[in-house]
Amino acid sequence: MNSSFLHFSSITKKIWMAGLGLFLMTFLLVHLSINLCLLRNDGGEWFRTAAHFMGTNYIIKGFEIVLFGGFIFHVLLGIILQLKNWLSRPVRYRVTNKTPTPFLSKYMIYTGAVVLIFLVIHMFNFFFIKMGWVGSPVPFLQEGEPDFAGVALYLFSQPAYSIVYIVLIIALGFHLYHAFQAAFQTFGLDHKTYTPFITRFGICYAIIIPLGYIIIPLYFLI
Amino acid sequence: MAELNAKVPTGPLAGKWTRYKDHQNLVNPTNKRKLDIIVVGTGLGGASAAASLGELGFNVKIFCYQDSPRRAHSIAAQGGINAAKNYPNDGDSIYRLFYDTIKGGDYRARESNVYRLAEVSNNIIDQCVAQGVPFAREYGGSLENRSFGGALVSRTFFARGQTGQQLLLGAYGALSRQLKLGTVTLYNRHEMQELVVIDGKARGIIARDLVTGKLERHFGHAVVFATGGYGNVFYLSTNAMGSNVSACWQVFKKGAYFANPCFTQIHPTCIPVHGDYQSKLTLMSESLRNDGRIWVPKNKEDAEKHRKRLIKAKDIKEEDRDYYLERRYPAYGNLVPRDVASRAAKERCDAGYGVGDTGLAVFLDFEASIKRLGKQVIEERYGNLFQMYEKIVDENPYENPMMIYPAVHYTMGGIWVDYELMTTIPGLYALGEANFSDHGANRLGASALMQGLADGYFVLPYTIQNYLAGEIGVKRMDTSKPEFEEAEKSVRDRIEKLMAVKGNKSVDHFHKELGKIMWEYVGMARNEAGLKKAIEQIRALRAEFWKDVRIPGLAGEMNPELEKAGRVADFLEMGELLALDALNRNESCGGHFREEYQTDEGECLRNDQDYMYVAAWEYLKEGEFQLHKEPLKYEEIEVKQRIYK
Amino acid sequence: MNLTLKIWKQSGPKEKGKFVTYTLKEISPNCSFLEMLDILNEQLINKGEEPVAFDHDCREGICGTCSLYINGRPHGPDDAVTTCQLHMRKFKDGDTIIIEPWRAKPFPVVKDLIVDRSAFDKIIQEGGYISVNTGGAAEANSILVSKPNAELSMDAAACIGCGACVAACKNASAMLFVSAKVAHLGLLPQGRIEAKERVKKMVAMMDAVGFGNCTNTYACEAECPKLISRSNIARMNREFMCAKVS
Repeated sequence: MNSSFLHFSSITKKIWMAGLGLFLMTFLLVHLSINLCLLRNDGGEWFRTAAHFMGTNYIIKGFEIVLFGGFIFHVLLGIILQLKNWLSRPVRYRVTNKTPTPFLSKYMIYTGAVVLIFLVIHMFNFFFIKMGWVGSPVPFLQEGEPDFAGVALYLFSQPAYSIVYIVLIIALGFHLYHAFQAAFQTFGLDHKTYTPFITRFGICYAIIIPLGYIIIPLYFLI
Repeated sequence: MAELNAKVPTGPLAGKWTRYKDHQNLVNPTNKRKLDIIVVGTGLGGASAAASLGELGFNVKIFCYQDSPRRAHSIAAQGGINAAKNYPNDGDSIYRLFYDTIKGGDYRARESNVYRLAEVSNNIIDQCVAQGVPFAREYGGSLENRSFGGALVSRTFFARGQTGQQLLLGAYGALSRQLKLGTVTLYNRHEMQELVVIDGKARGIIARDLVTGKLERHFGHAVVFATGGYGNVFYLSTNAMGSNVSACWQVFKKGAYFANPCFTQIHPTCIPVHGDYQSKLTLMSESLRNDGRIWVPKNKEDAEKHRKRLIKAKDIKEEDRDYYLERRYPAYGNLVPRDVASRAAKERCDAGYGVGDTGLAVFLDFEASIKRLGKQVIEERYGNLFQMYEKIVDENPYENPMMIYPAVHYTMGGIWVDYELMTTIPGLYALGEANFSDHGANRLGASALMQGLADGYFVLPYTIQNYLAGEIGVKRMDTSKPEFEEAEKSVRDRIEKLMAVKGNKSVDHFHKELGKIMWEYVGMARNEAGLKKAIEQIRALRAEFWKDVRIPGLAGEMNPELEKAGRVADFLEMGELLALDALNRNESCGGHFREEYQTDEGECLRNDQDYMYVAAWEYLKEGEFQLHKEPLKYEEIEVKQRIYK
Repeated sequence: MNLTLKIWKQSGPKEKGKFVTYTLKEISPNCSFLEMLDILNEQLINKGEEPVAFDHDCREGICGTCSLYINGRPHGPDDAVTTCQLHMRKFKDGDTIIIEPWRAKPFPVVKDLIVDRSAFDKIIQEGGYISVNTGGAAEANSILVSKPNAELSMDAAACIGCGACVAACKNASAMLFVSAKVAHLGLLPQGRIEAKERVKKMVAMMDAVGFGNCTNTYACEAECPKLISRSNIARMNREFMCAKVS
């Protein structure tokens, strides 16, 4: 982190934040489409195929680096912006603000932090196995690849894990709920005809994507 | 009684300003850098002057008591700004704007100044558009005009109901640019306390830093005052709370003449006073009288019941309503000029027909218009005003008639200046509402903004050079000179004297008392006995003030009560001069109405024979003033009687 | 109506402040909020106590001098008004009203409820104007402005610079204030000429004086007494991005 990065203007930082956020949102969609394969009652065969493709295709592997980089950047920017925001009001108000504002917009750093915790758990459960840093709860596949379908099915078989998973995904939903429309505002894409549509689309996205993720543990819970 | 020389250029009226500019002295660019100019006030006049002088290369210091130059009270002007552009093709011209302004001022303004004002009015619009003032536009993209009182043409440019705000922000922008470039230095939250005069010339000021309470000395080769009007001498007015006469009063005491102080404008459509605690009156645009009908109950009992909130206006039957303006002035009806409408409202209320909690209000009723035009049309025309009224009064003006009452709005009088806007102290200038020059005895709507900007952008930057050209040999002076020393000491003594009173009553108490006296005897209608009484009472109140005022806190810190005390102390002296001038002027003209001098129909009765002059007062000592006359000569205009019936 | 007031008192910028409780009796509901404070001060002066210092001037909602964070809301509970136009009828008899100054790093407290907002002036000085000298302006009607743009420009130009947007924002961001000026000038043809420089310089100063970042919570818009729209912020973001990449 050099100082010139810190000296980016507030709006530049915001635009990066928004751009990376939108990028990460598309990743969520791709990830979900693979996860939904688990719902096919085939012992995780489809999922395995998809995971194999994702794990071996070089283009995807390249994207993985971009994804990691983007994610780290998004988190760091979020923290930097937040620190400045806190520093901008060194003396707080005695009465908490009662201005009517969209509720979730005020808690992005917190919902973001929850998503980060989720990601750490998630990495621990999957990525670390792949890297060989932790052992796998299920045997590796014959090709020497970790059996992510097996790991997923194993984890969802534990109700406690499923419940934690669902709660954390809801936090992700909260994060997205504000993020989508806000990203467009940050890009300056504001229009009296299109903005209401973008807002509605963002809300749908923030409900449907997490719902898609939640269906899977629910399916295994019930 | 010496006659005053206004230094008006000779020759035909239309060519005076051009000829002046052709022959005046100028300062060359290298010398401009060596000259310091102090500007007091950041309203339209001050901000535009400081910006323009900075652009020319002078070293400018600008002072305001507000926290930002953008907050000067010019910002509150609503209606618009006049210019003789003749965009609507309705026959307007510079001469016509000049003529309307002179006539509107009841033939008590200086012809040459007004002509110059009309002449530069068009440049103002060009300048403001270039600055990005968002004036109202036609669909084709050109500028839109609307009509205003006192004119047969549409020549008013406007930015919604916030024209003053937008023009001030334009001037503030120009000033901000110079602040960034370093040609102008800003001293915000500073109040001018005293003028420093060296060898007979204005050479600086003593200012008080309102945050620290410290006194500061500032040198200038010339000093410019753009400090606004003195309407707050009445306590309740449409002026800002901080608007004051102090700067003008201090220089008055140092030898500048004060002209026509009795010319004050009372605006008929303001939201009435609702209690003793009231601090401020809010103006409702004059345009409301286009569609509203003004009335009071015919029977005193109904008025009484309304005052006690037993009945509402709606409960009073049509035949029990007295549409007194329509009754008294069948030709003009509700559209009589401001002064006439104001006096008529006062007359009804004094006779016991006033409504509202205090009995000092009349109805402004839109029922007939709503019936005739539909609610939607009324909403389109006056929606924002209705909304503002509802916020303040908590009554829906679509259902219940508005209640209004006249309020002090503008002061035409001010520091006497010559054609160059210089006061009787060489090197001291006065601009905008602070001077007396352009509006005579009554100001037309949308002319105040015009004058402030004309003075600041297009008049002073020229005329001040005529003086400064002779000052280029004067080096920046050391502020440790004895004259600065003395001026600062007099300010310090005065503050100490105020702080030392340690009495029992607050500053506001005295201000309110003064306001009551002024409003009662020196307000809309004046008479000899009342004015004499007022002078007596003001003197007594002033004596009491210096014995019994209580100022908490210390002088060497931020102390809003001390600030107010200084201002009220000056108002307590100024009020006396206002009454004295009103007493001296044995005629009625414009905003000055002497009950003894009226026609049989209750109209103003001017006395051109004896009073066609500017009354410029010189300060001798407390309560003693010497009158000087500047005769008014009308070369291009035929002087007529204003009739509205 | 009877009221209990808890007001922030601080004798100077570097002094420690504290809340002081006052009680007021028989206040008329038609009284404006600042007139209520006038009454309090009158009583304090009569008792020989130090009055409460607060900023105010025009008292008709246009100069932008008055401030006050009242019960958790800048300019109090009513919408689209400044504190000077807030009336006591918006409160109930027996209410406790907590009054605080604007809180933001670039708005240090001067005394009691008075803060220093000169940071706003500094931002304007960076480019909140069109660089044109007096005299020599072109004939006014030689610059045509479409009516819709003139209206939008006027909407933005209505900003009174009171700082409620900063006070309301959880990040003490000045984006609404800055964007209103950027939009006001940027929407007019005469303002386009230096639009890129303007937005870059003004944003740089906004950051430098210590305002926070916008997180699109729109509290600024909700509290703006002049109803300045957040669309202006979007417009400024857009202008800024275009200025940076071109």
